Amino acid sequence: MASVYSSAPARRVRVAKTPPRRGWQAAQSRAGAGFSIPFFLGFLVVFVLPIGYAVYQSFFTMQASGGLGLGGTEAVFAGPGNYVKAMTDEGFWASMLRVAIFAVIQIPISLGLSLTAALLLDSVVSERRGSGFRTALLVPYMVPAIVASLIWVYLYSPRVGPFTAAGNALGIDVNLFSPGMLWVAIGNLIVWMVLGFNMLIIYGSLRGVDRSTLEAARVDGAGGFRIAWSIKIPAIRGTLVLTGLISIIGMLQIFNEPLLFRAASPETVTKDFTPIMAIYSQAFTSNDYSYAAALSIILAAVVGLLSFGFYTLTTRKETS
Amino acid sequence: MSTGVLETATAGVEKAPRGSGRPRRRRPSSTREQTVAAVGLILFALYSIAPVWWLIVNATKDRQDLYNSNGLWFADFNLGANLSDLVTYDDGVFFRWMLNTVLYSGGGAAVCTLISIAAGYSLSKFRFLGRGLGLGLVIGSFLIPSTLITVPLFLLFSQLGIVDTVWAVLIPLFISPFGVYLAKVYVDGAVPDELLEAARLDGASEQRIFLQMVLPMMRTGAATVFVLLFVSNWNNFFLPLTMLRGSDKWTLAVGLYSWFANRADTSVDRTALTLVGALISIIPLAIVMVSMQRYWRTGVALGAVK
Repeated sequence: MASVYSSAPARRVRVAKTPPRRGWQAAQSRAGAGFSIPFFLGFLVVFVLPIGYAVYQSFFTMQASGGLGLGGTEAVFAGPGNYVKAMTDEGFWASMLRVAIFAVIQIPISLGLSLTAALLLDSVVSERRGSGFRTALLVPYMVPAIVASLIWVYLYSPRVGPFTAAGNALGIDVNLFSPGMLWVAIGNLIVWMVLGFNMLIIYGSLRGVDRSTLEAARVDGAGGFRIAWSIKIPAIRGTLVLTGLISIIGMLQIFNEPLLFRAASPETVTKDFTPIMAIYSQAFTSNDYSYAAALSIILAAVVGLLSFGFYTLTTRKETS
Repeated sequence: MSTGVLETATAGVEKAPRGSGRPRRRRPSSTREQTVAAVGLILFALYSIAPVWWLIVNATKDRQDLYNSNGLWFADFNLGANLSDLVTYDDGVFFRWMLNTVLYSGGGAAVCTLISIAAGYSLSKFRFLGRGLGLGLVIGSFLIPSTLITVPLFLLFSQLGIVDTVWAVLIPLFISPFGVYLAKVYVDGAVPDELLEAARLDGASEQRIFLQMVLPMMRTGAATVFVLLFVSNWNNFFLPLTMLRGSDKWTLAVGLYSWFANRADTSVDRTALTLVGALISIIPLAIVMVSMQRYWRTGVALGAVK
């Protein structure tokens, strides 16, 4: 279905039913459409075909072909079997629920902190001081994601990191890999990684707020907090919705961080801790590619629905 | 020269009333607010920098000090020894990973930038049937997380027999809907229609117009697209982890992860090695980002990165 889409730009030009054009205009359109061919061909290969193939494969199941499993395996049509299995897969849905609960708590905190940092930065009058702080807050953005996770896992670790030692000094037993603290630990890691970046997006949008409105509010005696709450935040709601949407999408595909935590603490971080980890483990530990494909399709559907729902919900609120 | 002085003079006159009025009215609350803002930002800055400081400090320690000395300050300075361990360990496999990462990130981003600009130019400057659909596909696929497509991509690539080759990592990096969108935004702003028309009247072919006029005008846009793609490629972990088996093709992220995850499998403690490796792996990314910061900052302002 989608493969028709991507070849469409090139093909439809030739059968264009637009009002008759002079020959050179049609040729120009054709040449212009040609510039997008490399992209849409690639798009076909890395987006459309894999999704199509995953859908196809999700309707098969691997079965031992020879007796006693000696003859290797062959793909057997299973109909909706994989989906039925997925619907009742407690581990997979538990991972969805786990990540959903985490997202509901972590994303508002994370965005709130980025917003706070951006508002503070926006209120700094001195240009030089402001740019210094901005650079400092962007340092984590320059750290590769895996290195950031490594640093924090070491910081959390009882042997090398300072937290457990500090806790011991105060007489508290701090174990950041315990089931209760684990999400706090991962949540903090993610806040650290995205704080500066989200701050930059929000700050860019804050700079676009009409300065004369702010001046007028000042003259009317509004304090910094009041101005932030009543003028600045409503003015940048669109940006906050966008960063929220990006955070939700990012959260559902969370993989790197929990994988490193699993390497540090396999007892508390299970192999299907997050949906992507569950898919990865089905594909590469259990070698059940068909089932992994079915889970991918389900997760894609959930991500699409959630993003769509979040977008319509927040934009409707804006217009009312 | 003289006009410059005049301009500053008039500007000064214009600004004078506001400038003199403002401090009197605002000073009291303003000073307090500035202090609150500064304190808050100092806390945020400490939070952002401290972990990197910890990494720098601990990359200079030997194994004993790593476990026994204060993590936030230097002990015996062993950075040189740690570095030479890194160079010699496993025949310098770390630098092989770094070379691979540069190849995947740089090569992938360069090709992708070119493809994206061509497509962005096409979607911005030409009217053809299917254009709206193409644009819709580009924007719609922002919502598809790249991680989600990776396992299906692996299934397809293993059918094609290119799993565990550099192409399995490079080909997906060549295509970025976000890059196309960003390129289109830049073409909209940077390439005037009149200029294209003039070139066409002069008889230039579409290919020549693109190569000799559009590409040079798109330098800023290209740099922005490139640096944003480079950063996201450098950070990519799931794609090479899924596609590559042989450690000679790994990236820094996969290599460091494997050192960390398999630390119990070897007799040597690789903690010091992992830490100094992690520190070194920041450097190329930091160089690119600092030297090209004016590009990625505008890119971030234009839209959010996937």
